[in-house]
Amino acid sequence: MAHQQTTAASAAPSAGRGQQQGPGRPLRASDVIRKISQILGELLITAGVVLLLFVGWELWWTNVEADAKQTEAIKSFAQDFNGPLEPAAPDVSVDYGVPVVGTAPGYGGMIGIMYVPRFGADYTRPIIEGTDSGVLDTLGLGHYGSTSMPGAVGNFAVAGHRQTHGAVLDNIHTLVPGDKIYVQTADGYYTYVFRNNQIVLPERTDVLLPVPTQAGAAPQESILTMTSCNPRFGAQERIIAYSLLESWQPASAGPPSEIAAQVAQANGKG
Amino acid sequence: MYAWIFRNLPGPLWVRILTCLVLVGVALVLMVEFLFPWFSQFTTLTDSTIGLVQQP
Repeated sequence: MAHQQTTAASAAPSAGRGQQQGPGRPLRASDVIRKISQILGELLITAGVVLLLFVGWELWWTNVEADAKQTEAIKSFAQDFNGPLEPAAPDVSVDYGVPVVGTAPGYGGMIGIMYVPRFGADYTRPIIEGTDSGVLDTLGLGHYGSTSMPGAVGNFAVAGHRQTHGAVLDNIHTLVPGDKIYVQTADGYYTYVFRNNQIVLPERTDVLLPVPTQAGAAPQESILTMTSCNPRFGAQERIIAYSLLESWQPASAGPPSEIAAQVAQANGKG
Repeated sequence: MYAWIFRNLPGPLWVRILTCLVLVGVALVLMVEFLFPWFSQFTTLTDSTIGLVQQP
């Protein structure tokens, strides 16, 4: 760009082009039209470049920013977390009884960390209270305040972006029934097992009900519901992923052995 | 337009090139900090919640 401008700048005076309006030189209509169309053309090129930059910003830079913020959130969570980072009894499944259900933090407060091995060995994302853009755009998974907390009988529902701002649920469609999804809170570890997907229209708030899509039904199970936009690079629909609580273990018991490495890595950074 | 701006910048050529780079940089920062986040609300790519259950 600089090169072009240089040539234009040096060429204009010597060639005595119409752009120069020296004193005594009458301004012709064709000069005005040429000038206007030149300015218009440059503005249009600028607009095109700005739009391309916007696409780059939305699809790439927002992820860079969000990843940094999320790493920070996980660090601060790890600093407050009390509990061993080694599995206590790796191959013995102990029944720890009814899961402890924490109280929901205020808007913007951190509930815990989600680990999804299917999304990659290093998939550790913070779960934050609230689902507006202030939470979802930088901090990762947002908890619907109207729904339960992890471990409670009912529906623990979170939302996350698919492509932009961290792309926390980009691979939500790759979940296979039986996949484990782990939620770590200050109280312990909740292991959910993925059950099924559902693709709905954006207005379908009934997927957030205690028993999803069944109004008035009394909940018997603990469900984890994840919502994201669908299709990829679009938002005409929502993709919903349902998982059922399989087991729970307190923080003092250490992490489940399958995610021990991730937990140690995520929490050891603090 | 851009040629006109470049011609009317003060200083020797290298100063003008430097000024241009700084101006482009400032424009980029302004876009990333203000224009793009504002424009982003008009794209639907970031809608991942259900209904209007948005907490304040």
